[in-house]
Amino acid sequence: MKSTAFSHAERSRGIRAARIMGIMLLLVVVLFMISMNTGVIRLAPLDVLRTLSGSGSDNQELILFQFRLPRIVMSLLIGAGFGLSGCMLQGITRNALAEPGILGINAGAGLVVLLYVSSHAVNGSVFLLPVLSLLGAGAAAALIYGLSYRRHQGVSTIRMLLVGIAIAAGINALTLVLTLKLNPEQFTYVQTWLAGSIMGTDWRFVTALLPWLVVLLPVAFAKARILDVMNLGDFTATGLGSAVQRERLYLFAAAVGLAASCTALGGSIGFVGLIGPHLARRLVGPQHRQLLPASALAGALLVMAADTIARPFDVPTGIVVAVIGAPYFLYLLAKSRN
Amino acid sequence: MNSESASHGESGLQTTARPLAAVLILVLGLVALILAAAVSISVGATDISLDTVWNAVFHFNPDLTTHQIIRELRLPRVLAAALAGAAFAAAGAIMQGMTRNPLADSGILGINAGAGLMLAVCFAFMPGLPFISLMLFAFAGAALGAVIVFGAGSMSRGGLSPLRLVLAGAATSALLLAITDGIAIHYQIGRDLAFWFAGGLAGVSWEQVRLLAPWILVCLAGAVALSRSITLLSLGNDIAIGLGQRIGLVKAACTLLVLVLAGASVSVVGAVGFLGLIIPHVARYLVGVDYRWIIPCSAVLGALLLELSDIGARLFNPMAETPVGAVTALLGVPFFLYLAMRDRRSS
Repeated sequence: MKSTAFSHAERSRGIRAARIMGIMLLLVVVLFMISMNTGVIRLAPLDVLRTLSGSGSDNQELILFQFRLPRIVMSLLIGAGFGLSGCMLQGITRNALAEPGILGINAGAGLVVLLYVSSHAVNGSVFLLPVLSLLGAGAAAALIYGLSYRRHQGVSTIRMLLVGIAIAAGINALTLVLTLKLNPEQFTYVQTWLAGSIMGTDWRFVTALLPWLVVLLPVAFAKARILDVMNLGDFTATGLGSAVQRERLYLFAAAVGLAASCTALGGSIGFVGLIGPHLARRLVGPQHRQLLPASALAGALLVMAADTIARPFDVPTGIVVAVIGAPYFLYLLAKSRN
Repeated sequence: MNSESASHGESGLQTTARPLAAVLILVLGLVALILAAAVSISVGATDISLDTVWNAVFHFNPDLTTHQIIRELRLPRVLAAALAGAAFAAAGAIMQGMTRNPLADSGILGINAGAGLMLAVCFAFMPGLPFISLMLFAFAGAALGAVIVFGAGSMSRGGLSPLRLVLAGAATSALLLAITDGIAIHYQIGRDLAFWFAGGLAGVSWEQVRLLAPWILVCLAGAVALSRSITLLSLGNDIAIGLGQRIGLVKAACTLLVLVLAGASVSVVGAVGFLGLIIPHVARYLVGVDYRWIIPCSAVLGALLLELSDIGARLFNPMAETPVGAVTALLGVPFFLYLAMRDRRSS
């Protein structure tokens, strides 16, 4: 009797979550449409439709298919990737403030990409970038994980945040030294990239990012149950039969992979991994089976919106995201109790 | 009694001040500072012997190129390094005492980033502004950073824990840096700004030193004058009130000192971080818990460390100068890690 009541409650919550996610998906589509219209050169909605159906002018086709569409698709994918990565990191650390940017993962990826750019031409291989930045992000993450690990206690969250901030500061100092050695052309490229630009994106970027997401998204969703169990605390989770430390390592690796590949191709965009999961949790509740996809959708919405705002002004998307995200982070910080 | 508790202090929990050690540090520190300054004048793209340095300072001969280099380029640089180092370290000491937070530093708490933003605004919208106005804008920027960090930190229910303050600082810095970046990219002043922001002592002029010196010296004097109250604040608000402190007034005065010290230094040498974190800890370890000694010792040691960092930055690669901010970060990051991890272990 009791169990049916419980499953009924769960089902109704699932339906509600599905409805909310449906609305979010709809918003993504709407934003996609709006985003196609805006930019330095405005395209009227009718022109967009005409071009999509194949009867636009050459100029309009060039703008839409070669410049605007890849950029919009990239911001969607990157937002989803960061949102998911942040959701996993928050689940693993059981801390609502965990985020790839704060944890120094973006900085590590950035440093390696910078090294690559400074030793090669500005337009090197797009497909090599995610692999390289994974190395950097992995090294930074391993360092952070290792330094905040204590035998018999595992990884404490506070230590992890502090260590992450310190490592990020160190990497940023190195980055600064390296950027000063670049020639003006490289400098502009790196600075724009570091600020989180989705400018200058073409379809190659999309094809370079897509495989990573295709592999890592299912991994994340498959682990939703384990993230739920981890939320109960290490003791309970171990008692319920999950190998907490090992699973945490897998999940951490997947989250780093997502953040690293997104950083490599979209630049260092902070705060998405923080805000996405937060909005999602408010909307669909704490169950990761719903929370993970909702985080991805919220992240995608955020980055697409920021990109739409940034495009006419010709500033990197990451800057708009930070201007929205940092105050939200401070707000969360003020609200959190410990 | 005194020696007994002093020996107790060695074992970890420091409860006393050690005036003798403090006087020793002040004297030795000043001697070392003068030596470091002399070395700093003599090394660089052209190496100049210490004899020449001595002569250039005390028997100046305008016909010699080396004397000209020393007078016009290296002396202001050395003085600026000493002043800024002292200012950053003293600001850190004041903040750590006032907030009772071992991780307080003007770089970590977003104050440097705020000053940086205002300078970017000046570079972009009002190029060619005289240095004195730049400095005033930097003060305003420092205040902006501080207001955001402490505002967000103190609105929270649990009060200002060290972690909360550090996180608020990281987020605020990210925000201010993002806006700075946006301005830099849009107005294409990125490279100039990066060189300046990285902490450059290279282009310091006499005019800047002349403007910087009075602000910093007055604030350092102010800090020493307030140091008794800061010691009481470092014991906790309740105790400070119980001992007759008007803590609102003291805190306001301290904040003002920090903003001017950090803002003025940033406007000259750039956002040099971590000095204000490391030095007060070293000073506290050496001289005990009394801020009447910690603040002057921090100032002297901070000046010494920035002087040495500047020498290190030039020795590392004499042709293309390494930014001095990178050197202090190199020292500061491990130290921050050590503090962060030690704190967790003890609690």
